[in-house]
Amino acid sequence: MADTHERAEEITQETLGDGGIAEVGEHRSLWGDVWRQFRRHKGAMAGLVVVTIIVLGAFVGPIFYPHDPFDIDVPNANQGPTLEHLMGTDTIGRDIMARVLVGGRISLAVGFTAALLGIFIGTGVGILAGFFRRLDALLMRLTDLFLALPVLPLLLVIILLFRDSLRERFGPELGIFLLVVFIIGITSWMQTARIVRGEVLAIKRQEFVLAAQSIGTRRRNIIMRHIFPNVLSPVMVSAALGVGIAIITESFLSFIGLGFPSDFPTWGRLLFDAVPFLEIAPMRVIWPGALISLTVISVNFIGDGLRDALDPRLRSG
Amino acid sequence: MADRRGSSEWLRRQDRSTQPARVAADPVLEVAGLTTRFDTLDGMVHAVNQVSFTVNKGEFLGVVGESGSGKSVTMMSILRLIPMPPGEIVAGEAIYDDRDLLKIEIDELRHIRGAKIGFIFQDPMTSLNPVLTVGFQIEESLKIHQQLPTEDRQARALELLELVGIPSPEQRLKSYPHELSGGMRQRVMIAVALACSPQILIADEPTTALDVTIQAQIIELVKDLREKFGTAVIWITHDLGVVAGLADRVVVMYGGQIVEEALVGELYASPQHPYTSGLLGSLPRLDQRGTELVTIKGQPPSLYQFPDSCSFAPRCPYAFERCHAERPPLLPISPTRKAACWWDVETGSPRDGV
Repeated sequence: MADTHERAEEITQETLGDGGIAEVGEHRSLWGDVWRQFRRHKGAMAGLVVVTIIVLGAFVGPIFYPHDPFDIDVPNANQGPTLEHLMGTDTIGRDIMARVLVGGRISLAVGFTAALLGIFIGTGVGILAGFFRRLDALLMRLTDLFLALPVLPLLLVIILLFRDSLRERFGPELGIFLLVVFIIGITSWMQTARIVRGEVLAIKRQEFVLAAQSIGTRRRNIIMRHIFPNVLSPVMVSAALGVGIAIITESFLSFIGLGFPSDFPTWGRLLFDAVPFLEIAPMRVIWPGALISLTVISVNFIGDGLRDALDPRLRSG
Repeated sequence: MADRRGSSEWLRRQDRSTQPARVAADPVLEVAGLTTRFDTLDGMVHAVNQVSFTVNKGEFLGVVGESGSGKSVTMMSILRLIPMPPGEIVAGEAIYDDRDLLKIEIDELRHIRGAKIGFIFQDPMTSLNPVLTVGFQIEESLKIHQQLPTEDRQARALELLELVGIPSPEQRLKSYPHELSGGMRQRVMIAVALACSPQILIADEPTTALDVTIQAQIIELVKDLREKFGTAVIWITHDLGVVAGLADRVVVMYGGQIVEEALVGELYASPQHPYTSGLLGSLPRLDQRGTELVTIKGQPPSLYQFPDSCSFAPRCPYAFERCHAERPPLLPISPTRKAACWWDVETGSPRDGV
């Protein structure tokens, strides 16, 4: 009998899991719930693992990797993958793996900072437009204006106009970094602004906003405490998607030769440098290309998982 | 047990500082000629038309009327909580503490909202912010209106949860609204409204969204709190039964106007306005089983037109020419009551001298 009972307990435990009925005294926080739901999304978890590995590889990897990305070793140029050079070497014998790892730093840094900037502008514009009726028309037309701008020519013009002056002021690396982040940031906030505005319009009509007003909450605090946390879920999702887009845009800029100079490897720049040697050393194109795709896909999966995890209707279990 | 001691001490402090309940005619809020309208795409909606009433210290005022009669809009106009635009308070005054709430700066009004006048909303499911803890939302009001050290504030939040009868309040402080039932959430709302011990508590159909047993608990709770703190309560409802058991005085609204005002006993014993009689007549009664319920024939008035005749005239069995031509003002008919009607039900003839 005791066995049956134990087995029953076990089954209950298994079916309910730790996300089942909360025991008395046990507390479930909102973010605990989100994490629990996120873990159930296999694609998102895989994405999280891949992104973690790539980020660690880019920022910690070069410390342990024996080759320097800038060491020139002409006799060993254009090698395929060997045990010594895991991804081979380029036309002047630099180790490709070392360059890919270091290149990831800039690509990822640009991706995350630019997405952050885009999210910041987008959320700000969206909240202001949604909350203040008077600003709505103005800000939304501004958003439409940005959406209507032909992004590619705009990028080229901005880079050609400002590259040299920024380089002089902040140095070649930081200058171009700031420029690229700025460009990607200001051309990628519009979707977020539209989504956030829509959410704010719905949320500000809800009774809890009225209730907050009825206890004398300042408008500033109504926005920051009551409205902002409620639009966090679409914001986080656009942030994740934004990272992917920013990484691709950076690669694209570097690929057409307008991003970082070749002494600062980024994934896009490595691609650019490798294209002329496509027939001699095809692997040189594949490594950075694969990493770009892998990162973007993983980040998108994370965004997908976040969306599901942050939606309370899907989280009820 | 330190908490419990702290809580009762706080109650005693409150007792000393406030007036005992049921003090006669000491107005704490005087509303006069309040007129609110909404400029909508379909036209101007005259939601509240020249509404005047007073609330006395520690008094329980029931406000009854059907949906769309302007009960909520009246109360929300007083604290300027209606969305403006499309809403607009066209005329009137609401005197609290020698200040006209409809005219003072919004910053000054903010110090009255929540601190002096608390508001409980109809639907506890949507009146709490889903992403903030219960404790945070109770403390928010304290944060705004009282400069207290964090520990005192937390202690007060705990006391309040205990006061409104929430079991294991320590844990509930850390709970999110979705973890509480409807009745519990309404208790939390009451705790939020009471946090700064306001002089007036406006409850906008606070029990409509709850089931009957929870309704009874909430009503008992508000009754209790009122006795303890001497808070004046304005209770908006369409449940005449609730009003009969709770209120000192009742205001009946119809078509955005007050049609009758009376002490609760008087109103139920001898309604002076045909609409009130109609309402009371339509209540099912235990001692008259099997008889068909009386209904008020016709439709509620359209609010798209400013009423220049009696809004109730088209449905009124007593209506005569004057009712269709002239709007009856709310006039005193005895020291304790007022009615807005050209017909005198006592004599069965048109009212004299007005």
